[in-house]
Formats: sequence, structure tokens, C-alpha cells
Amino acid sequence: MNEIDLSVDIAGIGFENPLIMASGTYGFGKEYAEYIDLNELGGISVKGLTLQERKGNPPPRIAETPAGIINSVGLQNPGVHAFINEDMPFLKKYKTKIIANIAGNTVEEYCQMAEILGASEIDAIEMNVSCPNVKAGCLAFGTTPKGIEEITSAVKKYCRQPLIVKLTPNVSDIRSIAMAAEAAGADSISLINTILALAVDIHKRKPVLANNFGGMSGPAVKPIALRMVYEAAHAVKIPVIGMGGISSGDDAIEFLLAGASAVMVGTANFVNPAVPAEILKGIKEYFKRYKYNSINDIIGKLELN
Amino acid sequence: MSKLLKEQISDMQMLCEDVYRMKIKSEYVSLNAKPGQFVNIRCGGIDALLRRPISICDVDRENNTFDIVFQIKGKGTEKLCHKCAGEVDIMAPLGNPFSLDDKYKSICVVGGGIGTFPLLYLLKSSTASEKTALMGFRSESAVVLEEQFKAAANTVEVVTDDGTYGKKAFVTELLEQRILEQKPDIVYTCGPAPMMRKVAAIAEKSDIACQVSMEQRMGCGIGACLVCACKTKKGGNDDWGFSHVCKDGPVFWSTDVCWE
Repeated sequence: MNEIDLSVDIAGIGFENPLIMASGTYGFGKEYAEYIDLNELGGISVKGLTLQERKGNPPPRIAETPAGIINSVGLQNPGVHAFINEDMPFLKKYKTKIIANIAGNTVEEYCQMAEILGASEIDAIEMNVSCPNVKAGCLAFGTTPKGIEEITSAVKKYCRQPLIVKLTPNVSDIRSIAMAAEAAGADSISLINTILALAVDIHKRKPVLANNFGGMSGPAVKPIALRMVYEAAHAVKIPVIGMGGISSGDDAIEFLLAGASAVMVGTANFVNPAVPAEILKGIKEYFKRYKYNSINDIIGKLELN
Repeated sequence: MSKLLKEQISDMQMLCEDVYRMKIKSEYVSLNAKPGQFVNIRCGGIDALLRRPISICDVDRENNTFDIVFQIKGKGTEKLCHKCAGEVDIMAPLGNPFSLDDKYKSICVVGGGIGTFPLLYLLKSSTASEKTALMGFRSESAVVLEEQFKAAANTVEVVTDDGTYGKKAFVTELLEQRILEQKPDIVYTCGPAPMMRKVAAIAEKSDIACQVSMEQRMGCGIGACLVCACKTKKGGNDDWGFSHVCKDGPVFWSTDVCWE
């Protein structure tokens, strides 16, 4: 039997395998380098970047829920320039593909960041138009097809690297949003970002999070994410990157079958830093069992009843 | 450097109601753990998804073991207290430790409740000639490990909120008294935030160096997710930023923290 080929091409970027670490859960990679070989990862989408440094929201920034977490970090980051100068050199030592996740308050800010990153060595840009934790901009762009189309077509003009648009699940029809991104020139879409949620402290009669609401992730959101990835993948021709609660090889296979060309792993990294290796092992076992040789053999192979 | 480890529980003991001491066999942690550092332990189950950060209370290098002491506070620690043997999945040792410098000849630790536990390993590791432990508990039933503290310090004083054991006083009053009697070179504190804030203010007023071990809800425990924010001073002016308890802390210099 041939060696299993887990490599996957997304918008011209050759990922060694379909596992990409989800933005906001993996810092700038170096924190996890103590625990795993970053070369084993298909890619890393770095912590969301803004044009200027952001201090983020006050704590508590996290609440635990059954099989999930709700976070409200508020895009704390050193700014796009500091990332390029101080964090990129470390990441470039690895062969894993680096995706810069960007968020802004205005269309102009997104464009400026895309232009700045164009001169850097990053492999792709993931545009976050779906962060639920910051007041201005961001999420507002991502909730209507018109908003998505406007910002995507504007930012695309400044992109030297492929543009991945990260979609929010907090919409009534993900298909129309996905189609708008595609029509405006997105090279790929990734979903789902976190689901807007609330955790209540009954003793204080207040929300657990200082920012009141936050974004929910973890195994609890997986079925919702799968449904949305299925819908989006069947509405567009561009590659879809699926995420939401993936913690095992089987979880990843579910997303690939639903139509994702690659998957992102987020919350599971907090639980187990060695989880990417376990997910890859699980994917390979599945391939062996059903005698598949390539990721492309299973992408979108879910047959509805 | 911290590692992801699967280690064996060698002993488990209830110290008082809801407070447990778990002894874990680990050559790596016993050799590398510094006072003030913590382990991020997996409690298991889908309801307690995240690991729980628990500070290292004691280390036994001869037997390659270390102790964590924890209080049942929620689903994670509830699960953990039922583990009496077998394997535990830990990431350790983590975090910025207490600063132990030979120049500190006289040290004073101030602990409140479950915050007292990491101070035991600090006392044992310190080379100071004069070691004082001031500890405050809610009530007599919550007073634990006093014998171990007595063996590790020259002076140990215990007070309770309700006066059922020792004097009825706040541990911060003991510190004020102690400073009048004999001014320590450094104060280390761990416990409820209001207590630590008071300790920091007392130390600063008396021009004594002070380190505090902060607490905040954590996600990853290694500085990647940025949720365990702690407001700290930045540079020499009024600028501030959010540091992170898991990586920049849990131990901070008291004068670096923006107390609110």
C-alpha cells in the first residue's frame, strides 16, 4: 500500500497535512514548541492581529461550560508590525505554513494590514470579520452578505497572499455569507468562529466574563459547526477550512467528509498540547481502515440520507 | 522547561473538609520545580474540559515526589479528589517562581487559606536564617499543615477570622506587628486578592520588597490563550498592560501589579 498522503492544497498553498492551529488558541506558536514539533503541523493561524497594539478586555476572560469554553480576550496583541519584527522570525524556522489572522475597526485598517503583511513572509491572510469580543467594527462586517462582499473585495486588492475569510456562525444563513465572500474574491473561507454566548454566576448575579458576553468554542459546538461547514462547502467552490470542537481524528474526518478541505484545531490544544499528533494518527488510522490514500479521497464525501 | 507528563499518584489524603493533598511521583518535576510554580492537571470528563492550575506545595527530591494541595471548588477539583491512585496527566512545572536570593537573610511569608500551601515549599527552599510564616484561616477546621510550616520556619503564627484557633485577627495585622518587631528583607504572599493587596501596601509603606502570587481563571496555562490577564505597570510612567498569570506570573513583584 502506498504511503498515505495527507497533503492538501488551499488556494495554492501546499499544506503538509490538513491540521491548522486555530487563531487565538496558539499564540504565535512558540508557547507550544516546548510540547510538540511545530513542523508536524500543517499550519498555524496566529493570534488575531490589529494595526496597533491592543490591550484586550479586563479579566475574567474565560468561563468553562459543559464540553466548552466561552472566551472574551478582546484581541490582545502587540500589533502587526511587532508581530512581523519579533514573532515571525521564530515561526519561519519551521516548515509549517503561517497564516496571519487580522482584525480591524474599519475597512481601511484591514487594507493597511493586508498591505503591510504583503511584504512579510507569511503564507496567507485570514481575515477575521467575526470577532464577538470587540466593540467596534469586526463582527459588523461579517453578519451580512453585503458587508462581507464590501470588505472582502476591498481587502483582496491589497493582498499579495491568498485571502481566507473567517466567518461567524452568528448569522441566519451561512450560505449567502459564504457565497458573498466567494463572489468578492476570497480564496478560501474558514468557519466557524465562536458562537456568541453567556455564562452566569448565580451567586454574584452577574455574568462570569468581565465583558459580559463571549465566544463559545469546544466540543459542545461541533455539531453546529459541522452543519454550517456542510452548508457553506456546498454553496461555494473555493476551499473551506472547517473548525469547531475538533479534538480527535474522528472529529477531523467528520469535517472533511462534510466538505472541509482542511481543519483548524483550537480549544483542544488547551486540554492537550499533544492533540495535533493524536488527530493526525487518528486520520491515518481511518485512511488505513478504509484504504484511502489521499485527503482528496474523502473531502465532501458525506452522502445525505 | 515544562513538560507534558503522565505520572503516578503515590498518595492521596484529605487534610480537612474539601481540602486534599495529592502526592505525585515525578522525577522530572521534583528535580525542576521551583517554589511558586504550578502544575496544570487534567481532571477528566467533558464537564471539566480545561486543566486546573494547582500550585506545588512541597517537593521531595529523595523520593522523587511532589505534593499539590487543592480545595474542591467546582467540577474539576471534585473529580480530582476522587483520584486516589493511578495516572495523572500534568503539564509541569509552569509559571514564574518566587525570587529566592541569598541576599534575603530574613524572610516573611503571609498566607491566607489555601494560598498558604505554595509558601511551604518556598520556606523549605529558602536559605534565609530567619524565616517567619504568618497564616490566616477562616476557622479552626480549615487550619492545615501547621506542623510542616513549623518545621520549615523559625516562627509560625496562625490566626483565624472567627477566633476558633489562635487569635481572632487578620493575617495582615500580624504582618504589621512583625515589621515593628523585626523588619524582614522580603515578604512573600499568596491568598485572597484583598489580603494580598493589603500585604503589598504594608510592605511598600515599610520599604520592604514583596512578591505576590496572583490567581486568575486560566485557559492553556502556558501563555498562548491570553485569558488569565493581570493588570500590570509598564515602563516608568502611568502606562499599563495586561500580563498573564500563567506565564508572566503567578508570582509578580507587588509594585508591578496595578491593584484595583
